[in-house]
Amino acid sequence: MMETSRRRFLQMAGIAVVGFTATPVLDAFAAEHGGHEAVPSVKPGPDGLKAKQWAMVIDTRKIKSAKDLEPMIEACHKIHNVPTFTDKHHEIKWIWHEEYKHAFPSDVAKFMDERLEHVPFPVLCNHCENPPCVRACPTKATFKRPSDGIVMMDFHRCIGCRFCMAACPYGARSFNFRDPRPFIKETNKEFPTRMKGVVEKCNFCSELLAVGKQPACVEASNGILTFGDLYDSESEVRKLLKENFTIRRKQNLGTEPSVYYIV
Amino acid sequence: MLELAIQGSKKYFGWIIALLVVIGMAFGIYRLQLDFGLGITGMSRDVSWGFYIAQFTFLVGVAAGGVMVVTPYYLHHYKAFGKITILGEFLAIAAITMCLLFILVDLGQPMRMFNVLLYPTPNSVLFWDMIVLNGYLFLNIVIGWNVLEAERNQTHYPMWLKPLIYLSIPWAVGIHTVTAYLYCGLPGRGFWLTAILAPRFLSSAFAAGPALLILLCLFIRKVTKFDPGREQIQSLAKIVAYAICLNVFFFLCEVFVVFYSQIPEHMEPFIYMFAGLHGHSALVPWMWTSVLLAVASFVLLLMPEVRRNHSVLPWICGMVFVSLWIDKGIGLIVGGFVPTPLGEVVEYAPTLPEISITLGIWAFGALLITVFYKIALSVRGEMAA
Repeated sequence: MMETSRRRFLQMAGIAVVGFTATPVLDAFAAEHGGHEAVPSVKPGPDGLKAKQWAMVIDTRKIKSAKDLEPMIEACHKIHNVPTFTDKHHEIKWIWHEEYKHAFPSDVAKFMDERLEHVPFPVLCNHCENPPCVRACPTKATFKRPSDGIVMMDFHRCIGCRFCMAACPYGARSFNFRDPRPFIKETNKEFPTRMKGVVEKCNFCSELLAVGKQPACVEASNGILTFGDLYDSESEVRKLLKENFTIRRKQNLGTEPSVYYIV
Repeated sequence: MLELAIQGSKKYFGWIIALLVVIGMAFGIYRLQLDFGLGITGMSRDVSWGFYIAQFTFLVGVAAGGVMVVTPYYLHHYKAFGKITILGEFLAIAAITMCLLFILVDLGQPMRMFNVLLYPTPNSVLFWDMIVLNGYLFLNIVIGWNVLEAERNQTHYPMWLKPLIYLSIPWAVGIHTVTAYLYCGLPGRGFWLTAILAPRFLSSAFAAGPALLILLCLFIRKVTKFDPGREQIQSLAKIVAYAICLNVFFFLCEVFVVFYSQIPEHMEPFIYMFAGLHGHSALVPWMWTSVLLAVASFVLLLMPEVRRNHSVLPWICGMVFVSLWIDKGIGLIVGGFVPTPLGEVVEYAPTLPEISITLGIWAFGALLITVFYKIALSVRGEMAA
């Protein structure tokens, strides 16, 4: 009996020592990552735009060359502090362009319209109505905002497990393989920069919608992109969808992408 | 009982120190990774999981394989295995600990890992994997420790342990099933998107785990007074034979479906792995080595006179282990990412720091097995004296 209780005591004491010594280490970790940047309010203001499900229609007939897409890519990457890496492995992109055969790999015809074959397709997060990345995330760091259907990222909650990247069938997500801050040309103080070890992607400019503005890429697109509420029958996007044949990326997967392409 | 780990021969301490050196080196490199980020590895935007997650997956199998000695003994009262169940349980503890370490080093923000507990998310398979892995670790620690302590005191283990032992059997199946579900439920990854993935994982686990256990038993018999027993080793060899047979069969089922249906998304990863795609063929020699070793070891294990020859058996077990390690530790993860969902081929190869950290975790596992087996055998030694 004596023997047992002495051992018990020693076991408990051992656990307690580990517990106490771990606290300062954890505190040190916590202190190291205190951010000092002003984070804008995430609550929509009185002028904020509202929708049940934001959606985008991309009119590829208006695209002549990659030059037409550069302004929107630059506008997005600039206001969102997206770094520029020379090493392809570490590349971070929110919106970029791909050839048809890469944007729609399961819908490629052997012989197809020459314009479509060569025109650059803008690609970005599809803000799926049924997003596999949200299903996969173990911390709800990526989530579908109930108010307007945007698939959001909480950069401060993400543990960097990259399950969402494996789950996304569109390659829309990027991971900060290293500290991105030294690689940002000009920091926009209105939007947070990220730290190493977290995932990021397009947020449909939720910070601009909150103050009544259209997404930056739409503003810079010269009419190529149209943005609006998918469930408002009077919206601009619904008008375009009513009048034009559109396709979505990998529709057969059941993710219900909110980005439509007029081809 | 822990004090038994710090009494031993010069050779024992030499081995321990060698392992500690490897672990220390890996820890130093991990600090570099913490500082720089995962960019220190060969992973990329397109191949966003690599060596770490692959080792994790393989080792979940090794841990689950331990159940192949627990089940016959406790469920079928196959008394011969009573001698070695503790070896299976301690192997499982070491393997699961390595799994958890591999997940830890793969996280971009490891200091936030408890977010998984703070914000429990039942729709994420990773949440369930965390539960089953830690649960299995806990079960094996409790069971292994109590059974061994009872043996030392020459008593029967406490009765409350029995339900936990029974629970640990389906739980072992659970850890590898849930781990397979991490992959096979993702819509855009043709290579993983197959219902046979969990059965394949289990069959390879039940071959790799017992194969490693045979190697460990034969090694123990050589360097200590403890003899795990010829019958025990032979029974394990039969289990390996059945499991590798099932594994080859499941693999062929998958190959049939993929190549008869001719659906590109499912064929392309296989073509990349076994023949090369768009001029990229880094995995080809590895994958064929794995297949050849699996088939050869299966044929050899089928022949009773070969299986019964204990100077050949370790070589066959080594072949099984290496084959399945290549299959899961190299092929499985990369195959899920190549080609990318956009149909491009971006290759992956682990970097030197990545391999060093991996080696360090394997060394840590080896250290745990050494210490656990030392304790278990010392307890047995006490009884013999």
